[in-house]
Amino acid sequence: MSDQKMDSGRRNLILATSAAGGVAAVATAVPFVASLTPSERAKAAGAPVVADISKLAPGEKMVVKWRGKPVWIVRRTPEMLASLGKVADKLSDPGSEKSDQPAYTKNAARAIKDEFLVLVGICTHLGCSPSDKIKTGGEEGMAADWQGGFLCPCHGSQFDLAGRVFKAMPAPTNLEIPPHTYLSDSSILIGEDSKDA
Amino acid sequence: MAANSNYEKYKSNGTLLGGVLEWTDARFPLTSMWKAHLSEYYAPKNFNFWYFFGSLALLVLVIQVVTGIFLVMNYKPDGTLNAYGLPTAFASVEYIMREVSGGWLIRYLHSTGASAFFIVVYLHMFRGILYGSYRKPRELVWIFGVLIFLCLMAEAFMGYLLPWGQMSYWGAQVIINLFTAIPFVGPDLSLLIRGDYVVSDATLNRFFAFHVIAVPLVLIGLVVGHVLALHEVGSNNPDGVEIKKYKNEKGVPLDGIAFHPYYTIAHDLPAAVIFLFFFSAVVFFAPEGGGYFLEYNNFLPADSMKTPPHIAPVWYFTPFYSMLRAMVWNFFWIEAKLWGVVAMGGGVMILAFLPWLDRSPAKSIRYRGPIFKTLLTIFVIGFLILGYLGTKVPGYYFFGYTPAVGADNEIVFSPLNYLLSGDLIAQLFTVYYFLFFLTMPYWSKIDKCKPVPERVTFK
Amino acid sequence: MKSSVIKLLKRFAVVALLAPALAMASEGVHLDKAPVSNKQENLQHGAQLFVNYCLNCHGASAVRYNKLQEIGLSEQLITDNLLFTSEKIGDLMTVALTREDAEAWFGTVPPDLSLIARAKASESGTGADYLYTYLRSFYRDPARPTGWNNKIFANVGMPHALWDLQGVQTAREVTDEHGKNSIELVPPAKAGKLSAAEYDQSVADLVSFLVWIGEPVADQRKTIGYFVLIFLAGLYVLTHALGKNLWKDVTDPKKQP
Repeated sequence: MSDQKMDSGRRNLILATSAAGGVAAVATAVPFVASLTPSERAKAAGAPVVADISKLAPGEKMVVKWRGKPVWIVRRTPEMLASLGKVADKLSDPGSEKSDQPAYTKNAARAIKDEFLVLVGICTHLGCSPSDKIKTGGEEGMAADWQGGFLCPCHGSQFDLAGRVFKAMPAPTNLEIPPHTYLSDSSILIGEDSKDA
Repeated sequence: MAANSNYEKYKSNGTLLGGVLEWTDARFPLTSMWKAHLSEYYAPKNFNFWYFFGSLALLVLVIQVVTGIFLVMNYKPDGTLNAYGLPTAFASVEYIMREVSGGWLIRYLHSTGASAFFIVVYLHMFRGILYGSYRKPRELVWIFGVLIFLCLMAEAFMGYLLPWGQMSYWGAQVIINLFTAIPFVGPDLSLLIRGDYVVSDATLNRFFAFHVIAVPLVLIGLVVGHVLALHEVGSNNPDGVEIKKYKNEKGVPLDGIAFHPYYTIAHDLPAAVIFLFFFSAVVFFAPEGGGYFLEYNNFLPADSMKTPPHIAPVWYFTPFYSMLRAMVWNFFWIEAKLWGVVAMGGGVMILAFLPWLDRSPAKSIRYRGPIFKTLLTIFVIGFLILGYLGTKVPGYYFFGYTPAVGADNEIVFSPLNYLLSGDLIAQLFTVYYFLFFLTMPYWSKIDKCKPVPERVTFK
Repeated sequence: MKSSVIKLLKRFAVVALLAPALAMASEGVHLDKAPVSNKQENLQHGAQLFVNYCLNCHGASAVRYNKLQEIGLSEQLITDNLLFTSEKIGDLMTVALTREDAEAWFGTVPPDLSLIARAKASESGTGADYLYTYLRSFYRDPARPTGWNNKIFANVGMPHALWDLQGVQTAREVTDEHGKNSIELVPPAKAGKLSAAEYDQSVADLVSFLVWIGEPVADQRKTIGYFVLIFLAGLYVLTHALGKNLWKDVTDPKKQP
């Protein structure tokens, strides 16, 4: 074959058939790749969830499950909110410039209402769920000047009480904030932005 | 497949790709395999449409493997009931059909592929019988083929249990109970196969393991063996003459053409597209295949307490199932049930002996005599009728005929009662099926063959 | 538990001794052709009937409520009219009734209806034909624990769930010229909420809905199918032309060895 001079008709036919075959191959791959995406069941299970925060005491944390992931809601006291400013110079991304959060939480307290912090409790390093180190000082095994926050058990990343990561930690960015909106003063819908936002 | 020193190693043309190829070819039989099996494998130039079905079988195998892998990602071999009272396995199939994006297409491709596999393989086998492709020196090619057919039956049977519908369940129950007919060990053997006293979750799990791992591994190995054995001896052709008798100075058969591209592209590719056209027509417009590819009762979840009114295996098993049912006499002190199993198993196994049963001087039907042509025609009609009857209930009469009965409500002896009785016709053709093979050494020798040409005929 | 379920169960508590009626429709039974529709208005009406009359005992556990958006129902409409308060739009259409309770109360578990239209197909007709005939063949039979029997499903376990729509149909035994007995349905003396024609149409809509949930992707499947077949036809023209061009090498006497 290769020795013979290929006539141009044959060349065109080979090109056209290969192109059509390529289209067929891509089209065939579509349902197979699509089957790897989350199914209707996963989507239904990942639907927005309502969290009732009426019983959450100041300084406490509650966890709800959204898309199979832990979502933390922390009711911060004025002291806790005050700590955010104290640690700012030790953080790697204090302004949350590189981090994931809805625009309406890209502020100093990383929250819609400063009092309530809503976070996806998954470390941005390799996906472990950090543990609570909410109390200040060395009481929970942290350094004496610890202002309260979270510690990832896997690789030691430390986060403040707005989920912001400290400098020189494995985690690249601050903890993610899920889309959420207040349905009322006592309930938050997690997984959906405000309808009028 | 081993390195073949007859082939020169690939030399790079200076490009990066050429360099990679040269490096690889020096360490792996790339050129030699390509040439030995494709570009310098010389096949007779007189192939006709019957020669499509080998490559089509390979195409269907690929479809089944790929769709199978994606189905396993969401299928659950679990016979226990879920929260909504449906068996988990059954529900997981519907989950694939509805909730997994594209899942319905993957599942229909797989279920239609099973039937397509048998259509293609039956035609491929029939080609072998038409042109004597099993004759010396291709006996081993044929035996590999029979083993592939056996594996395919096992694969299809075990795969059919997985949707865990009523037909899955009761079909498996009936077929596994066949083994109880084997003397002495039968009942224990069927218990061992099921792993329970009835078909159950344990059976489902082991069938799943066999269906997705064990049998496919063996099947693919046998397919490789089938092709290697074929390429060792060379392909037969519609004239049934050996093209290796006449070669040019380079050792290329005068009537041979390179398998690639003349058969791969020019011959088989358009055929594959036609096949895919009909295959897609079924997948997209009639995935149930009129109740033959997906049986209606299989849309009901398996229920061990309730047998559907009419159990028939899937269409591709029905000729052999008819043979099983046809054996209703106890003779030679052996009960009919065992004879049925022997008939069913023997019906497949006897094919393996074909190379030694056929004593005809000509291989191809083109040069064989009237006896072969007549007997083969009856054989094919009989096989089709056996297949048809296998889908019907026992006691079936053709054309909706109601048998004449006497005063005591017993069916009387009358010609029509005999001629139109499905049971009797099935018995007749079962006997014929075996006689066709067993008497072949005699009639194939005395048949009046035409002289076989030296070279292939080519327009 | 849903209050309507409780109401229904109370009604059936009387008939707790219900025999497990498992008889299948006999072969060769005559089925009426179901006027199946895939128009949204019919499917929506069918969905409404299904939720009101069937979903109390029969689940459709392969179907999510939000799937009903495909037959033109809005999320709001589904949430307001079809869902019970505790359910979410992404939930499956299941029943609160447990298997054990069903077994105790009805003697049998009402089958899941997700696939019923596909499962009931037979040589006598499509699954839709079967369901269409079945739902119009109930008659009053005081001898049955439920008070109902069915012409094409003798000693059926299910009572006539749609009787208030149809009215009370009765039956009489007739003998044909061969001396064979059969049952002939007698239309209700007093029509139910619907006239006979309206009732047939409602059953047709309900059956259309059951056909739709049997395979919601069916219409899309066929649409894709046309594109695939047209593409393959085009691909055949190309591969055939290429094949013919290549095959010239084989037939050209100059290129023979």
